[in-house]
Amino acid sequence: MKVKLLELGRAVLIALIPIILALAAMGVVLLTLGRDPVSFYNDMFQRGLFEWQGFQESIIRSAPLILIAAGFIVAFRANLWNLGADGQFLLGAAMTAGLGASLLGSIGVWPMLIVTMLVSAAVGGAWTLIPAYLRGSHGVNEIITTLMMSFIGIGVANVLVKGPFRTDVGGVARTDVIPFDDRLPTLFGTRIHLGFLIALAAIIGVHILMTRTSLGLRLRILGANPRAALHAGLNPLMLTVIAFAISGALIGLSGSIEILGIQGSFRADFNPAFGLLVIPLVFLARLNAIGSLALVILFSVIQIGGESAARQAEITSDILLVLVAFILFFMAIFEYFRIMRGQEPGYVPAEVMDRLRAGGDADDHGTPEGALQSGPGDSDGAGLKGTENE
Amino acid sequence: MSGPTGTASTESGTSGTPLLELRGISKSFPGVLANDRIDLELRAGEVHALLGENGAGKSTLISILSGMYHPDAGEILFEGSEVRIDSPRTAIELGIGTVYQHLTLVPTLSVLENLMLGSEGGFGKLDLEAERRRFDELAELLGVDFSPGARTGALALGQQQQVEIMKALWRGGSRILILDEPTSMLTPQGYEDLRNEVKHLTADGLSVVLITHKLHEAIELGDRISVLRRGRKVGAVSPAELRDQSEEQLSEQIVGMMFGEQASELGAVELEPVAAGRLSPDRKLGEVALTVRDIDLEPDDDVTGLNQVSLKIRAGEILGIAGVDGNGQRELAEVVAGQRRHVGGELLLFDQDISGLGVRKRERRGLRYITDDRLGEGTVGDLDVAMNSVLKQIGSPPFWKRGAERRDEIDRFAEDLVERFDVRTPSVQTRIANLSGGNVQKLLLAREFSGDPKVVIFNKPTHGLDVRTAEFVRDRIREAASGGLAALVISTEIVELVGLCDRIAVMSRGVITGEVENRPGVEEEIGALMIARAGGNS
Repeated sequence: MKVKLLELGRAVLIALIPIILALAAMGVVLLTLGRDPVSFYNDMFQRGLFEWQGFQESIIRSAPLILIAAGFIVAFRANLWNLGADGQFLLGAAMTAGLGASLLGSIGVWPMLIVTMLVSAAVGGAWTLIPAYLRGSHGVNEIITTLMMSFIGIGVANVLVKGPFRTDVGGVARTDVIPFDDRLPTLFGTRIHLGFLIALAAIIGVHILMTRTSLGLRLRILGANPRAALHAGLNPLMLTVIAFAISGALIGLSGSIEILGIQGSFRADFNPAFGLLVIPLVFLARLNAIGSLALVILFSVIQIGGESAARQAEITSDILLVLVAFILFFMAIFEYFRIMRGQEPGYVPAEVMDRLRAGGDADDHGTPEGALQSGPGDSDGAGLKGTENE
Repeated sequence: MSGPTGTASTESGTSGTPLLELRGISKSFPGVLANDRIDLELRAGEVHALLGENGAGKSTLISILSGMYHPDAGEILFEGSEVRIDSPRTAIELGIGTVYQHLTLVPTLSVLENLMLGSEGGFGKLDLEAERRRFDELAELLGVDFSPGARTGALALGQQQQVEIMKALWRGGSRILILDEPTSMLTPQGYEDLRNEVKHLTADGLSVVLITHKLHEAIELGDRISVLRRGRKVGAVSPAELRDQSEEQLSEQIVGMMFGEQASELGAVELEPVAAGRLSPDRKLGEVALTVRDIDLEPDDDVTGLNQVSLKIRAGEILGIAGVDGNGQRELAEVVAGQRRHVGGELLLFDQDISGLGVRKRERRGLRYITDDRLGEGTVGDLDVAMNSVLKQIGSPPFWKRGAERRDEIDRFAEDLVERFDVRTPSVQTRIANLSGGNVQKLLLAREFSGDPKVVIFNKPTHGLDVRTAEFVRDRIREAASGGLAALVISTEIVELVGLCDRIAVMSRGVITGEVENRPGVEEEIGALMIARAGGNS
């Protein structure tokens, strides 16, 4: 128990170090811009965390990010890179926004909410099918295919919004607006909408899935040692498709609740690019669902509070991107030193690291340090090609 | 650079300050004390053999020497003054080069390119002339006979190992060369070459640390032997003793150190993996359990093709497959296990065609495969012992109920396996990567023997194991065969097959070149069949 606590403490520390260093470095940037960092951060945490209104804003902002984090964890744990989050998110958002208003008239509020969320999740999941199939059956690098599918997805979402889903009302191309009263209901008299609870349930569900179920174990084995997966009779193609589908579905759902909870309509060229914001957070939490949840909420606080603090200090809110850049920068530095000193990587799991080092080769697997004592085993090129299972 | 190994000094000789001295080195991992207050000294021009079972702590010790791990306690003295080897770079700067058991070369690059990878980087112009001269120096010293432009992947394993040694010495100024289980992939000829290389190097003033678990290698190659057991140094043999005593005396003495109180009951006989095998009278052959008929497999970059492979094994029979490593044995095993699709031919398990079935379905019908790549394929290093023991039953009751993990059932099952197969582990919740090779193999045996196996393929089941664990494994195979199991044993050690099998088939380049009944004097026949169409791997 004591060891567990110690490990937890270490993990928290490792996650917080780059954030603290980034806040410090950003303080220097603020100083050089002639702003007072102390009052900036004071404003930031006051607005984002300690003031009830601001805190609610932060929680609302975190809802789609949590769902995206949940989606990433399923894929990354299986050592599959779903870098197509933005496409999946926007397609989900476009479907919900496009269908929402018209469904409202025909089937009523609750059925509309449920149907749009399901459709968006299904579309998000389906958008991963091609990369998943190519990866599972031919070993095609999914980093590239998901990214390409993301660009296509962004394009398709905009085509939908400017075409079939476009409202008759003039002005900027956008979908019909879902009336405020017919969006996701808010909770207990706050402004926080039901989407947050859905996101919370999703990430806890992902945590249980990955740590307590046979499917989660299969996915982890596929990620940790694909050859062992084959040896144990798992079906890599099927598992790859499942992992991607869950991942894409959660991210598609995220797009849906962003529309149903906040936006109400999809304006052409809407793209908050949440995907790339969430990736570093997920790695800071070492692909742990609960840790990711905490970091996403912290990040939302920084974002919401920071926007307000930036207005207060009369600088552009893009300054927050500098903070994100600093976090990534210090993560990289910290990771570099850990590796140089022969320690375990802080953020990236060993098998993912091995794959990165191998240049993203589909079939490569790592040699754990403990393998020093085993015989020479040759890497099997046909790693993922197997006969069907079960 | 004066000599091939640069500034190697020979003056310190056998007396005076040792070149390298370890004092009280300790290192522990979660649940395992890998090194416990180890003292060691290495003198210039000397071969110091580190001998021990799997898990004795040899690999950890050399990882400390090469800067991969940091000791928890103890000090390292280099030429009498204390040093901190806190990174592989420091080790290289001190002149400590390491040749690991696993090859670290880039197969698509030429030999010279691989060697240059190891040298100091920078963006400057490459001095190809100087690099070539360096290659020639080392080539002469080691007596290698390949060209610097040869594609590394095309060389035999023994030659690739020579490239590794050259790489370790490449920078010059080398003082110490660490060889980690250098013979594990060598043919007898390759072993002779290595012996000569080591002689040349030490004559040149270099010191060698040789890690091995084979007794005769330690005696033949070592000037000094240290014996490790369960993380402790339990004995040493001085150069004088090595000179003056006969090999039998030495063996007996060292076995005593390696196995302590159990040594007497073990007996020196078992040092050789021979024990009367053959079909013992109490074993009866049953019906044909597995039929492999005319199996073909397309060759590929790193896949040896199979050509018209046919085999038959009866219940209660042990069939051996001999051959130099990499001649299609692994591919055959994978085809039978269902991990690889074959073209043409038939696979019958008790007269039922299993060609279309996947791994899990074949397993449920009683077909099991114990891989030789225990860490890379047989287990998932990040998971604990318990999870690895049910790796092939994920999702099945009683360990999972509607997909939900039932940890108690899994732990109980694993604890039972651990106890019955004497797996040494702090607990079933220990990560399997922290176990030694022998204990991992015991767990794999336990895993595949559970349920009701009818046919088991053993791929190099004793490879890399210490003598005692190896004999344990062989005993279990014999025992299971007596109980009616059909066993297919793949091995590169002829003596082992002769000691274990009823019949032995020989494989070479994806073809079964012959099959012989096991009887006295069969070794020569097997040898002939191996060379028959071999040309071989080295």
